[in-house]
Amino acid sequence: MITFAFYLFALSAITGGLFTVISRNPVHSVLWLILAFLSSAGLFVLLGAEFVAMLLIIVYVGAVMVLFLFVVMMLDVDFAELKAEMAKYLPLGMLVGLVILMQLAMAYGAWDANSGAEARLQAAVPEGMHNTEALGMILYDQYFLLFQLAGLILLVAMVGAILLTLRHRQDIRRQNVLEQIYRDPADAMKLKDVKPGQGL
Amino acid sequence: MEEMLREYLPILVFLAIAIALGLILILAAVVIAVRNPDPEKVSAYECGFNAFDDARMKFDVRFYLVSILFIIFDLEIAFLFPWAVAFKDISMVGFWSMIVFLIVLTVGFAYEWKKGALEWE
Repeated sequence: MITFAFYLFALSAITGGLFTVISRNPVHSVLWLILAFLSSAGLFVLLGAEFVAMLLIIVYVGAVMVLFLFVVMMLDVDFAELKAEMAKYLPLGMLVGLVILMQLAMAYGAWDANSGAEARLQAAVPEGMHNTEALGMILYDQYFLLFQLAGLILLVAMVGAILLTLRHRQDIRRQNVLEQIYRDPADAMKLKDVKPGQGL
Repeated sequence: MEEMLREYLPILVFLAIAIALGLILILAAVVIAVRNPDPEKVSAYECGFNAFDDARMKFDVRFYLVSILFIIFDLEIAFLFPWAVAFKDISMVGFWSMIVFLIVLTVGFAYEWKKGALEWE
């Protein structure tokens, strides 16, 4: 059953990746990428890394893919032009692909050569404790500095995004809630006694 | 390991049902629906007019800002999960490190509130 599920998820991950690259419409590429992420989440579950799997779904599928869709929609893509430029970037793309292939081969070689690796995979989570809890036990004190750095990076991302993209339009009247709350009904309206034949 | 994976069986069943249902709906449309297209029927139109423009156009960058801010708080929540699960067993350092983390992000939240990034005009 596990073997069957593994091959199912692996196959759909590879299919998703393949169609991400070869589909003509960038929006379809993004949807295929979602399939690839979902199947990798399934693979993580099979490995016993439940938290990482759920994180992959929440963060990548839920949030990052929205960004990707925005990018795809925001770019003014001209497909004919894109096709013409493909030849220009092909050597660079091949180089990057080759490097990734070599890295994968090296990772597999290290796994294959190290006979104790498989045992260590099982020992990653202490006995009687599930995955998320084991992560929580070490992340916050043993890796204190890295955790705080992650927080600071998020802060910088937030401030940077606001600085780069936030433009307030000046020609718009905004609602000022505080002003509305502090408005005094007593001087909201004034009665003036206008004498006949005279203005104000 | 086996035990844990057995807990995921209902999710697998749900997944299978969802995929099957999606396929059935798509195939049913192909098989059952009457289709005799002609150029006027399949051409795009907007409220009775011919399409004015291409669907691919630049749109406001503030949509992007909203989703970036969403991702950041999404990640904050992701960091909270293991902390909350292991809450009974973690040390004092672990507890306060999360408080510091939350304070840092609250500073960012206050900044974006003050800047009006959460407002839509």
